[in-house]
Amino acid sequence: MTKPLSAPLEVGFDYTRSLGPTLSRFMTGLRQRRVTGVRGSDGRVHVPPVEYDPVTAEPLTEHVDVASTGVVRSWSWAAEPLEGQPLSTPFAWALIQLDGADTSLLHAVDAGSAEQMRTGARVRARWAAERVGAITDIECFEISDEPGDPSVPGDEVTMITTPVRLHYTHSASPVESAFLRGLIEGRLLGQRCPACGKVYVPPRPACPTDGVPTTDEVELPDRGTVTTFCIVNVPFLGQRIKPPYVAAYVLLDGADIPFQHLVLGCAADEVRMGMRVEAVWKPREEWGPTMQNIDHFRPSGEPDASFDTYSQHL
Amino acid sequence: MAVQLAAVVGTGQTHHAAKRLDVSMAGLCREAVDRAMADAGVDWPDIDAVVVGKAPDLFEGVMMPELFLADALGANGKPLLRVHTAGSVGGSTANVAASLVRSGVHQRVLAVAFEKQSESNAMWALSVPTPFTMPVHAGAGGYFAPHVRSYIRRAGAPEHIGAMVAVKDRRNGSRNPYAHLRQPDITLESVQASAMLWDPIRYDETCPSSDGACAVVISSSATTGQPAWIHATAMRTEPTTFAGRDQVNPQAGQDAAHALWKQAGIRDPLSEVDVAEIYVPFSWFEPMWLENLGFTDVGQGWKLTEAGETEIGGRLPVNPSGGVLSSNPIGASGMLRFAEAAMQVMGRAGDHQVDRARVALGHAYGGGSQFFAMWVVSSEKP
Repeated sequence: MTKPLSAPLEVGFDYTRSLGPTLSRFMTGLRQRRVTGVRGSDGRVHVPPVEYDPVTAEPLTEHVDVASTGVVRSWSWAAEPLEGQPLSTPFAWALIQLDGADTSLLHAVDAGSAEQMRTGARVRARWAAERVGAITDIECFEISDEPGDPSVPGDEVTMITTPVRLHYTHSASPVESAFLRGLIEGRLLGQRCPACGKVYVPPRPACPTDGVPTTDEVELPDRGTVTTFCIVNVPFLGQRIKPPYVAAYVLLDGADIPFQHLVLGCAADEVRMGMRVEAVWKPREEWGPTMQNIDHFRPSGEPDASFDTYSQHL
Repeated sequence: MAVQLAAVVGTGQTHHAAKRLDVSMAGLCREAVDRAMADAGVDWPDIDAVVVGKAPDLFEGVMMPELFLADALGANGKPLLRVHTAGSVGGSTANVAASLVRSGVHQRVLAVAFEKQSESNAMWALSVPTPFTMPVHAGAGGYFAPHVRSYIRRAGAPEHIGAMVAVKDRRNGSRNPYAHLRQPDITLESVQASAMLWDPIRYDETCPSSDGACAVVISSSATTGQPAWIHATAMRTEPTTFAGRDQVNPQAGQDAAHALWKQAGIRDPLSEVDVAEIYVPFSWFEPMWLENLGFTDVGQGWKLTEAGETEIGGRLPVNPSGGVLSSNPIGASGMLRFAEAAMQVMGRAGDHQVDRARVALGHAYGGGSQFFAMWVVSSEKP
């Protein structure tokens, strides 16, 4: 079997977080070079603060400033730092109990080498020069017996942004890869289920109804019927055509399932359920392993299909 | 069947709004939880287990709410489960909590569902550019609009039905102090004059984007006041697409409803159910789901709407809370339907109370109309 096609998939979004009173106090403190925890019902001071008591589940409101110096309680060496981590040179991930706190905070220690790290080591926060109200306002901790830096004024922080970036390699299934390779040649290759006889395009590795692998390749024509559609009048992020235009379900002749595609080449309000359409391909030199080789469908000029011919595909 | 009885003994929800910037996710959940516990007259030691539901992960960039919300949900030292069924998740979460009590595993379970839509962009989350797949070019409502068109064609429904539903639900929402949109002055004409977004769906016929949460306490015995006894729960699923799939009247919804009515001993839903909270994010889904649920024959749902029978005071009031069209914190929207059904039979629905409501339906659907969750609650024990 030939190798399935694969391609990178990048997913990224800058999520925002409204902090509420407890976390707002913590983030505001960081901007001011101050670490603020919260006292729990059992008297323990939690750093970072928790919004609700781990024992009673009641909201916690007694904020307690602690030092920006403390003791390493445990650690692990990160020999090869990854994208987005606090330091680009080898460092220690450490659980640090700040002076005045009863719980430990996870952060990075810039120790130079693993030999310099030990449980029980005294550390102090290295503050970022530009602070925004985020845990990264502490760049890292460093091994030191010195006192922490004094706090400075800074504006209140009520929101933070937490970017998420995910990098995937997405692979098509073998059957989908065959379909995509067909598209490179301008062919539409479906698959027929050996049990129910339904023709799927794009094909599936297995029939969703019968659960059996599909085996028979079926080449389909590039014309069909609009089963149903909507007229898109609303602009949105990533849109490539100026509204209004028609996003339609097109049932290729010989297929048993419609797919969504564009219908252009006539006024949007002239498109109808049952309208016969044909593919308009992009110039051959632009073809790749994608359904976007078909730029859109346009009316073929044939008489409309009767409702009965597509009513089972709505 | 059930080893022991189960009832909703308390419900709570947040004030829903486009942006609840005053609270964290934990704080948002607790607003609903604290109200539900107070309504039930119970405290943390009374709760045996917690079930949490939220919308798909990319919707707010939170993968494991059960992890970071355990403190806030009072779940330390208790079983904590997370449920995940797209937009129907709030309903599924309530059903899972109900099953934990009905099965005899626990005596009292807290169910919570939430969403902070303002922290992300649902439209972006729904359109991750998976390689080799054709972009739909249609945007958020574009998925459902073609199926609404199919319904209109198949049922021969007149064009104004969608607008009628929007007017009713928004006016109901104006009676609900927690609703996001409160529009007492909305009219058929104003809905019909609103922008056509995804023809045949108009702006005023679509749900808002909301921050909000909902919680219910489910108990094997009554606590304070009239409980909402759970008579039946049902959930069914089907794939997003397969050859011959009926996108207007999905089989999974029909099957869930059939199982639900049978379990509840209901032969004629339209006569025996006093009020229904149905998941209607686009107004045309009211008549579509009336048919799918078996309240009317296929093709007849719109006639019930057109006759005004789904208004408060009608034969089957639908969405007295204002429904999803008035508040849509997606992860919580299903549970809000379930909670409102309970509030109605508990007699705690305030200005949107339906007179003499004894039997109520809560309904949710999600994904591409492929996850269905529903329950029947009553003021009477099963």
